[in-house]
Amino acid sequence: MPLLSLITYAPLAGVVAILALKLFGGNETKSAETSKWVALIATLATLALSVLLVVQFDAKNPGFQFVEEAPWFMGLSYRMGVDGISVLFVLLTAFLMPICIAASWRSIDKRVHEYLIAFLLLETLVIGVFCALDLVLFYIFFEFGLVPMFLIIGIWGGQRRVYAAFKFFLYTLLGSVLMLAAILFMIGTSGTSSIPELMTYPFSPQVQTWLWLAFFASFAVKMPMWPVHTWLPDAHVEAPTAGSVILAGILLKMGGYGFLRFSLPMFPNASDYFAPLVFVMSAVAVVYTSLIAFRQTDMKKLIAYSSVAHMGLVTMGIFSGNVEGEQGAIYQMLSHGVISGALFLCVGVVYDRMHTREIKFYGGLVTRMPIYAAVFMLFTMGNVGLPGTSGFVGEILSMTGVYQASTWTAIVAASGVILSAVYMLTLYRGVVFGPMTNPKLATITDMDWREIAIFAPLILSTLYMGVQPNSVLNLTSASVTQLVRVYQAAIGG
Amino acid sequence: MTISTQLAYAYPELILAVGALSLLVLGAFMPKQTGLVGGASVLVLLAAAVASATQPFGVAFSGALVADAAATFSKVAIYIASAVAIPLGQPWFERRGVKNFEFPILILLAALGMGMMASSGDLISLYIGVELHSLALYVLAAMHRENAKASEAGLKYFVLGALSSGLLLYGASLIYGFAGSTVFSDIAVAAGSSANAGLLFGLIFLICGLAFKVSAAPFHMWTPDVYEGAPTPVVAFFAAAPKLAAMVLFARVLADGFAGAAGQWQQVLLALALISIAVGAFAGLVQTNLKRLWAYSSIANVGYALLGLASGTSEGVQAMLVFMVLYMIDVTGFFACLAALSRGGRSMETIEDMAGLIKERPGIALAMTVFSLSALGLPPFSGFFAKIFVFKAALDAGLWGPAVIGLVGSVVAAFYYLRLIKAMWFDGSVGATDKPPVEAKTIAIATALFAFPVVIVALTWLNPLAERAAHAFGLA
Repeated sequence: MPLLSLITYAPLAGVVAILALKLFGGNETKSAETSKWVALIATLATLALSVLLVVQFDAKNPGFQFVEEAPWFMGLSYRMGVDGISVLFVLLTAFLMPICIAASWRSIDKRVHEYLIAFLLLETLVIGVFCALDLVLFYIFFEFGLVPMFLIIGIWGGQRRVYAAFKFFLYTLLGSVLMLAAILFMIGTSGTSSIPELMTYPFSPQVQTWLWLAFFASFAVKMPMWPVHTWLPDAHVEAPTAGSVILAGILLKMGGYGFLRFSLPMFPNASDYFAPLVFVMSAVAVVYTSLIAFRQTDMKKLIAYSSVAHMGLVTMGIFSGNVEGEQGAIYQMLSHGVISGALFLCVGVVYDRMHTREIKFYGGLVTRMPIYAAVFMLFTMGNVGLPGTSGFVGEILSMTGVYQASTWTAIVAASGVILSAVYMLTLYRGVVFGPMTNPKLATITDMDWREIAIFAPLILSTLYMGVQPNSVLNLTSASVTQLVRVYQAAIGG
Repeated sequence: MTISTQLAYAYPELILAVGALSLLVLGAFMPKQTGLVGGASVLVLLAAAVASATQPFGVAFSGALVADAAATFSKVAIYIASAVAIPLGQPWFERRGVKNFEFPILILLAALGMGMMASSGDLISLYIGVELHSLALYVLAAMHRENAKASEAGLKYFVLGALSSGLLLYGASLIYGFAGSTVFSDIAVAAGSSANAGLLFGLIFLICGLAFKVSAAPFHMWTPDVYEGAPTPVVAFFAAAPKLAAMVLFARVLADGFAGAAGQWQQVLLALALISIAVGAFAGLVQTNLKRLWAYSSIANVGYALLGLASGTSEGVQAMLVFMVLYMIDVTGFFACLAALSRGGRSMETIEDMAGLIKERPGIALAMTVFSLSALGLPPFSGFFAKIFVFKAALDAGLWGPAVIGLVGSVVAAFYYLRLIKAMWFDGSVGATDKPPVEAKTIAIATALFAFPVVIVALTWLNPLAERAAHAFGLA
């Protein structure tokens, strides 16, 4: 059974069904209601299949599993497969998508069909990115993802949505066309477009440098790394809540995944050569964007900048080139996917009620919304990296890895943990504690059962990953160990 | 070789010529039967396509006419594209009160000229082919007689086209003077591995003349004006098939006539390609009229096709052929969308007119989105595959600098395609549109479905065909 293709294209079945409902469903509002259920079922089915994938996944095998292969044209082929690095990203995507659909249940009331189609399409494409084992196939999934996201920001976004959508699209496109040039060059030189084969193809160190830079241009924008992160806050602020969850939770991980899948194994010498550059950029990102986050008055923008800071820790971990660093980076990405997604949902909860994200507008919510305050507290702590939450494991592991590779970078990065506490706690205090001075808040209601149901899986996974990290790390360890071994052998370390 | 075996190589052209002339007589006696003439013309074109798909390969008329895989490949594409233009254009004209039988016949004559261009092996047949198709196109551009803009477009097209024909002829005569022959294979012998100054001088003029026809910058000045003024379905026709014919002719002259001197013409083509990409990308940014916008888009796209040709390899020619066929389908589809749209009887031609189209006409808006994304080169649409073929050929030929410039140019151009998508998807509607005519809508949807997802399967057979066609040229 082609399980990976099934997972990848299951959301597309939902797209087709919703399209049919849109065209032949008659009553617009009624078919929109049905479409929501269709979308939820499609995403839940994808989740079920992904869980099946993870259960069947052989953690001891470091190579690619569930491989599917069919020839295409020009020597390209349709090739899918997962290893320990990618399998959990598939699960993360499938996990967050039903939450996004449920979170938009009431807040999206215009052009519901198109909205759901865009989300389901995005899910197919993102899962495709994590499963593709052919360079061109990877690029197709990677690049086409821009379109649904462009539409999500541009149609359902806030006031400056058009500006944000264009910025998002053009920034990431510029990054990716350079990667496309590198991909075509690699195919021309090695004669294959298969990712597993290219992982062992010895590109000369000088060629590696150029290829690494081209891939870096794309992934750094996607990640995003300082100084090419400026599209992210704009895109976040203008995107609808679920759009932000997807953006922070999944789309940003494609950059980190790209580094792990391409930069390290295919261009080890260049990765080693450029590692100090990445360390500096990441260290700047951690400190600089943390300070910027502290100055934000918009809740979403604050969390967006905090994402950039956390991604800085991930890039450091990846380029540390040791097992702790890689494991930490992957863990941090998974954990950040859950936590930042949850934080954006927390913003969404009050935004749906008050239609503003200004921190100053709020205050004293704990008196009216105790459940909300507790949930928000948990994810605030998770973002800070409190032991017991998943954030802690990722941070401590990647910092251990970075410490071995570059002590100074680790020390600067550690300051980021303190800074994250500063801005997150300021945010939390401003919104939840203090006197409730704004009379408009007097009637605000606490989370209802639907919202609690949305948050429940996020809470559970944050805590579970916080206390049981081995259940995750065991899945990734074989592939990561092999990646590091090959990498260290290539750079002669 | 007897005359009958020679004629066998020219069956497609004969079918078209005889068909066009008999239909002309028919039309003269029954001027009201426009539908009959139109339908018959489509059949003649399809017959010609079948004839060229099944014709034997060889050289006829002392090298003037070449029937090979490249000719077959491009002729089938050209004839089918021409056949599509008739049902798209004829009802359009009739709805606007222009009911004449000449339209399909002019398309037939243009197709005949293009077929000759695609299989010319000689400077004389080259010129006859170019002139035949150009003259038909000039008339087509001015077909909408009451419309002042269309007449202006036709005149502009004619004057500038005549100038380019002059350049072409001058170049041809120089080449003949220095090579002592008009047949490409003899010219190749005379040119050897490095053409002398006289031959090169002639070649440059020839290239300039052809660059006019494919609207490569800096010979693109006529394109935006003519696209804007000419009737939309006519633009759908001459933005597609003639470009392919002229590109194949380009390949014939360069690869058959000057294969040895590739190092010399490569520079010229590279310059044309890069200037076209830059002009198309930057000048398109300030356009508000969609037909003008697509004119600049076509300039940029011709630049990409020329980049493939500039690689000077068989792979490059193959990439160019695939590129042009996929581009033809895109551009036909886009102009079919424009032809399908009107608001209160007035054509919708500006970006503002498209505001909120996704709510008014979801099918056509979706098709236009597909064409825009495809022209932008975004996967998984056909334009992406077209571009990766070209870029891969350029990279394999060592042209990494131009390839990167081309890729960055596509990011600049992305902005104007996105503006159109933004208008259709993000903006509020500005009023109800008329019911789109069935034929234009059908063509638009069918071509959009080709751009995705049919292309994914189509490439598996299109690519080998283009490879066979490319091997017909004398390049490594």
